[in-house]
Formats: sequence, C-alpha cells, structure tokens
Amino acid sequence: MGYFELIIACIFVNNILLAQFLGNCPFLGTSKKMETAVGMGMAVIFVLVLAGTITWVIYTFILVKFGLVYLRTIAFIVVIASLVQFVEMFLKKSIPALYAGLGIFLPLITTNCAVMGVCVLNIDKEFTFLQALVASFFYAVGFALALILFAGLRERILLARVPKPLQDTSIALITAGMISLAFFAFQGMV
Amino acid sequence: MVESILFTFSLGAVCGLILSFASKIFYVYEDPRIARVENLLAGANCGGCGFAGCSAAAEAIVNEDAPANACILIGTENISEIAIIMGSEAGTAEPLKSYNNCNGGNRATDRFIYNGLNTCRAVTSFYGGKRDCTIGCLGFGDCVRACGFDALHLGPDGYPEVDREKCVGCGACEAACPKSILEVRTVSQRLLHLNAYDDALAPCAQTCPAEIDIPRYIGHIRNGEYEAAVNTIRERNPLLLACGRVCPHPCESYCRRGVEDEPVSINQLKRFVADYEMNSGKRFPIECAPDTGNRVAVIGGGPAGLSCAYFLRRIGHRPEIFEAMPKLGGMLRYGIPEYRLPKKVLDWEIEGIINLGINAHTNVRLGVDFDFGSLIASGFDAVFFSVGAWNDYNLGIPGEDLTGCFTGIDFLAKIGNNENVRIGQRVAVIGGGNTAIDCCRTLLRKGVDKVYLVYRRTRKEMPANEVEIIASEHEGIDFVFLAAPNKVVGDEKNQVTGLEYLKMELGEPDASGRRRPIPVEGSETVLDVDMIITAIGQSPLLAFRGKGDRLDELEITRWKTIEVEPATCQTNVPYIFAAGDAATGPSLVVTAIGGGRKAARSIDLFLNGKPVVSHPEFLLNKHIPGTIFESVEGIVPKKRTEMPELPVEARINNLSEVDLVITEADALYEANRCLNCCRLCYNADQ
Repeated sequence: MGYFELIIACIFVNNILLAQFLGNCPFLGTSKKMETAVGMGMAVIFVLVLAGTITWVIYTFILVKFGLVYLRTIAFIVVIASLVQFVEMFLKKSIPALYAGLGIFLPLITTNCAVMGVCVLNIDKEFTFLQALVASFFYAVGFALALILFAGLRERILLARVPKPLQDTSIALITAGMISLAFFAFQGMV
Repeated sequence: MVESILFTFSLGAVCGLILSFASKIFYVYEDPRIARVENLLAGANCGGCGFAGCSAAAEAIVNEDAPANACILIGTENISEIAIIMGSEAGTAEPLKSYNNCNGGNRATDRFIYNGLNTCRAVTSFYGGKRDCTIGCLGFGDCVRACGFDALHLGPDGYPEVDREKCVGCGACEAACPKSILEVRTVSQRLLHLNAYDDALAPCAQTCPAEIDIPRYIGHIRNGEYEAAVNTIRERNPLLLACGRVCPHPCESYCRRGVEDEPVSINQLKRFVADYEMNSGKRFPIECAPDTGNRVAVIGGGPAGLSCAYFLRRIGHRPEIFEAMPKLGGMLRYGIPEYRLPKKVLDWEIEGIINLGINAHTNVRLGVDFDFGSLIASGFDAVFFSVGAWNDYNLGIPGEDLTGCFTGIDFLAKIGNNENVRIGQRVAVIGGGNTAIDCCRTLLRKGVDKVYLVYRRTRKEMPANEVEIIASEHEGIDFVFLAAPNKVVGDEKNQVTGLEYLKMELGEPDASGRRRPIPVEGSETVLDVDMIITAIGQSPLLAFRGKGDRLDELEITRWKTIEVEPATCQTNVPYIFAAGDAATGPSLVVTAIGGGRKAARSIDLFLNGKPVVSHPEFLLNKHIPGTIFESVEGIVPKKRTEMPELPVEARINNLSEVDLVITEADALYEANRCLNCCRLCYNADQ
C-alpha cells in the first residue's frame, strides 16, 4: 500500500470517528462551537502524532523484544497518560502561546479512546515506523475534519426547528449517524 | 509472570521518574493561591464563569481579572473563603448584577413576519432580527432559558425583567443574548460607562452633557419610586439639587414630545425628586465600592471637582479636594446668586458628597499655600484640575480702573462671600451672558434704583438662558442693545459718573453665525451711571504655573484653558486630568459634572495601569443617526407644567429663591407626559 492510499484510507475510508466510532465522547462534547472544535482538532493532531510514534517504538523495541506483547494495553495507557502530562508541562514552560491555545483540551485527550485506538491499529496493521507516523497524523486529520464538519452542522441545527424531545444531544447523535452513513460511501475505495 | 510484574513496575517507575524530573525542569512559578482557590471552586468545568475551565477561572481570580464570586455554582461559604485567600474581607468584592437595557420590547415595530424557530439566536441570523431597531430586544427569551437561577422572566411588554434578589451575576444571560440587551455589570462599571453609539438611548439622554438616563428616572417618578429616581440620577450627576435649579436643560430641546407639543419639563422633575429627598429629612444611601487605597488630588471644589471626587469615591478610590475659596462649591456658590440656588440647599448637597468619605481642604490655593511638588511627594497617584474660569476679561477701554468699576465674577463672588461691596444707585452691567444677568438681578435685590444691561448685539443674540432673560425683563431691568462701551467717564475724585458707548448696527454673520455688530460713526452716547460691572466672559486663572514644576509642561489652548483630550480629559502630562470650565472655558454646570465623571473614568483606567482611551463607540454628546425625528406620530398635546415662581413684588427686594418646586401631583402629571422614548420607539398617546 502506497502512502497516498494510506492517507486516503486514514482520513476518509477508516475515519476514526465516523467509520471506526472511536472517540465519540469529544465528538459530541466539543462540537457545540466551531472555536472549541478547532481547538480540540489541533490538540488531537498534536498528541496523536506523538503518541502514535512513541507507542510504536515502545512496542517494537521493548514489548516485542522481551516477549511481553500481552501487556500492550496497560503499557500504552501508562505511556500515553504520562506523555500527555509531559507534553503539557513542556508546553507550559517552553511555548506558552501554544499551551494557551490547546489549554484545557490536552488533559481531555489523556483518556481518549481515539488516541489509544490509533496506537493499537498502528501495531495491528504491522506498519513501519514511517507508516505509523503518517497514519497517526492523518487519522488525527480525519478526526479534526469530522469534528469541524460536525460543529458547523450543530451550529446550524441550533437555528432549526427541532422537536423538543430530540433537541441537543439526541439530534446530534442522529446527525452523526447520517454523516457516518455518508462516509460509508468511501468504503472499498482503497 | 515475574517479567510482567517487573515490566509493569519499571514502566511505572520510569514514567514517574521522567514526570518528576520534568516537573522540576519545566517548573513554571504559579501563585500558590491558584491551587487553593481552585480547590474551592466547583470543579465542574461548566464554563458558567466565562473562563475555560476551573483552573483558568482560579487563575483569573488570583490575577484579579475575575471577582471572588466568579464561580456560579459555589455557595457564599466558599466565596468568602476565596475572598480571604485573596487577602480581602468576605463580601467586599463588588457584586455583579444583570441589567436590562431595552424598554421597547413589543412596542418596537417589526420589519417582517417571522415564522421560524422561537429563539433570539435564530431570528438574529435573518437580517439581524425582525425588529426595526437594530439593538432592541427580540423577545424570544434566550436569556430566560440561559438563566440557571430563575432570575429572569419575560415581562408582558416583550422584554426580560431581572429579579435583582435572585440574580447572581453569572453572565449566562449576557452570553446568550445575541444583542446586548442584558449586561452584567458591577455598580462601578455602570457608573463609568460612557454613552455609546450602540446604546439604547432616548434623544434627551443622548443630549444631556452628564449622560443622565432621563427616561429611566422619569419612569421611576411615574411609578412613585422617588428614591429609585434619585439613585438613577446619582449614577451620572451628584449635584441634582443644584442642577434641578440652574440647569438650562439642553435635553428638553431634543424631547420627542417637543416636536409636536411642548417638551416634557425634565429639569423640574429632577428638581422635584431632589427636593423630595432633601425635604424627606433623610439621605438616601449611596453605594460605594470597596476601598482601593489609591489617592487622587482634586484641585478645585466646584461642580467638576465635586463630581470627579464623588465618582472616584464611589468606585473605591480616595480623592482629596483642595479648594482655594473658604467653602466648597466653586461657581455654584460664588457665581450663582442666592435667589437662584440658595446656599442652604448647596450646603446640604455638598455635605452628602463629602460624607461619602472625601477629605476636603478649603482656603488653600495651589501655588500659594501648597505647591505641585509637595502634592506628588505626599503620595497622590493622579491629579485632577478643576480650577474653573475665574479670570474676568477686561474691556480694554480707558477709565476701567476708576472707583466703581467691577468685573462680573469678582462682584458675584464678593456678594456670595458676604463681603461689603459699595453699591451705586445707577449701575451699568456690560455683557449678554448669564453672568451679566446674574449681576443685574443681584443688584436689583440690593436696592439699586436703575440697572442697565449694555450689550453690543440684540436680544436674539444674547447667550444667556431664555428663562433668565425673561425673568430679568419681569423684574424691570433696562436693556441697552447694540451698544459698545467706548470709555468710562469719571469725576475729579476718580469716581465713575458715566459710561460712554457707541451705537452699533448688525452686519454680516461672523464665524459663530451671529451677525457682527458694526459701530455707527459719531454716535457716542453717555449713560449716566455711578457703577459699572464688566461681565463679558472669563478664562481660567493659570497663576499656579511658572513655578518650575511639571505644571509648566501643561499645554494651554489659545483660549487660556488647559488642553485635554475631549473624550478622556487627560492632559499631555499622563497623571494630570482636567475638566470643567478650566478645560472647556465657561460652560454649563452639567457639562462640568459630565466632565468630572469622564475624568474619573480615565483616572480609574490610569490607576489600574490600563491604557487611558475612550470608549471606541463613544457618543460624546453627538446624536445617534436616525434617532432625531422630524415629526412624531400619535401625540395629543398636553399642557406643560408651568414653573411656579415667586411674584415679582415678593422677590425683588430680597434674596429668597425665585423658582419654586412643582407639586407631587404636577410631577406625576408631567412624568406621564414623557413618551418613555428609546432610540426609535416610544409610547404614543392613546
């Protein structure tokens, strides 16, 4: 599989939110406002690239080497959580502007299943390091794309007549389902 | 088994070690109070405070960008603990309250029929809303739904009403409103707000130099809430007793009822509530913000100085007034005669302002009794100049130094100070302004046989207030129009015996739009008088300059006034501010009061280290385009309440107050004549 196909697959065909249904919590939680959605999208791209590559390194050079592959999940959880904490501290000290921008979204990603999912997928699909890097980045781009699209829709939905029982999260879930169906059309492309 | 345990432990240990080293290396000093404050917040990350999460809110509280009660979910116990952490006593943080700015509601006309979703947000997306008024309330109640404290209800008139008791000032309504109908503000923020282009302002409120919310206080009078009316006036004007008597009410010229009918007698209503408070025997309480400890020197205790000191005190600063004359009040006391503003009334009003906790030193003149250097050395953070315009212009004609010649302000000040002045029997007062009229009417009351008012143009061009001219006509003052003094005639004892003047005729209009008087050759006439008062205008006394301190750097205009930025009242020396006649030249009392408030706002910005700039949309007493109507529909003429006044024979030989206060019934009648206007809408007569 070439890199172009990999990129298309990561963004559209296997979109982490709309095709794999991972990370639905921030998908609903941070999509009420465009501004928040963009912030969250950027934070996910940042963290996923770091987490995806570092977990790949740890898996390949530590877990495989010592035959501890069965500890993958627990190792990844600890690594990702520490990583996010570390990055947060680093940013606060070194790049305060970026810290102020990503701010509260960083800790939210600590326990995000989309991040965990991508790390695991990178291993399951037996990617090389470079492939893992590219895949992590474009999975995150797909995440940001879906989130921003959805935020735009939700801002419009606020102005529509929605029956009372369906307002807010219910209509958001219905909408999410329909976008997901639309993304289903990408299936089989790559 | 062993490997897995070892691995898990070592992974944990490595991560822990890295993180602990990182926290050492990447340590950023954080105020320890932030963590303590954060522990007291709700921890719900709800965003109700307007910050991104509780940590951000805690940081804002510690940086004093947010009050101790910023969190909307915690109770008074936690708020007081936060206040203690912040080093202040519990409850001192000024509370935020929501205020509704629109009183149009359903009264405003609609531009189109809207059948969409019933939320303000939705309707705003269609051409900014269905109302004709671009800023008015849309009436779908997004704010009511946003309020978590049941403090907002949509009233019957189609705009939200705030329940002051329940409102916690969380700001949710302000955030939910797509217009700016609801504003969550502290009292200080409201006191310092300047009229802006996007405010809900009636024409009268746009015109008032002190920016009083006129329809609101008239509305209070209509409902019989006199205390609320007084408080509304006091948000903009601390000298309501004085203004209610002497203000020439420019607001009334723009009254919408005045387009089709006689304008509402706004100033008499102000005087009515002001007198109501004074006669009620108690003072209505005035709210002041917690002390900030900043000291401001106010040079000059006239209307501008009193107003600035009053507003500075109310927002928590510590002003100190330095007054050159024996008593506070400036021109109010020494320029306005007793029969227009009794000293007893003025004393009562000034006492109320001083009682807020303002230190006042009288009989101290800058440059004589104290100098600017010692002022700065004694720890004042800013200085406000309101020295007034006490320097009378001279005519520049021969014989002006003869015995029996006086200048207007000097004469009035001497009378106001109860000094002995030798008064003649036949007096000529030169000038056509209010000072000249005040001199004439004062002289009459001193038992003078004949008073002439000599003016070089005609009655139409006189700058004095119309009501004053009419009153002086009633009292029998002799007007000599189109007469330019040429020389003062004296006898061998240097005593004035007459005033020679040239007759004039009116020529082409000059720069001020008034027709220029031209002398008629050979028309010299002598007026037989034994006393002459020159009242042809004043400029500030700037004798305090030239002492080699920073005051010498102050820029002075060519009218000998202090040069200031009109919207901020700041001079070219950043910590010196000026307003009142000293900055504007002789003007209205109400202009000086407005200037004092503008300066107080700028001084507050300066003391807080913020840039001293005006509001970007500041109206500066211009009118909002489209709000001044040529014709007003639906008006049924109703007679304006006459000003009750003492009959001429009862007032002419004593100094008792001429203008009287209207009765409560008349005040209610007059308040009901008010159309309760806003920008575009108003209550038409049925």
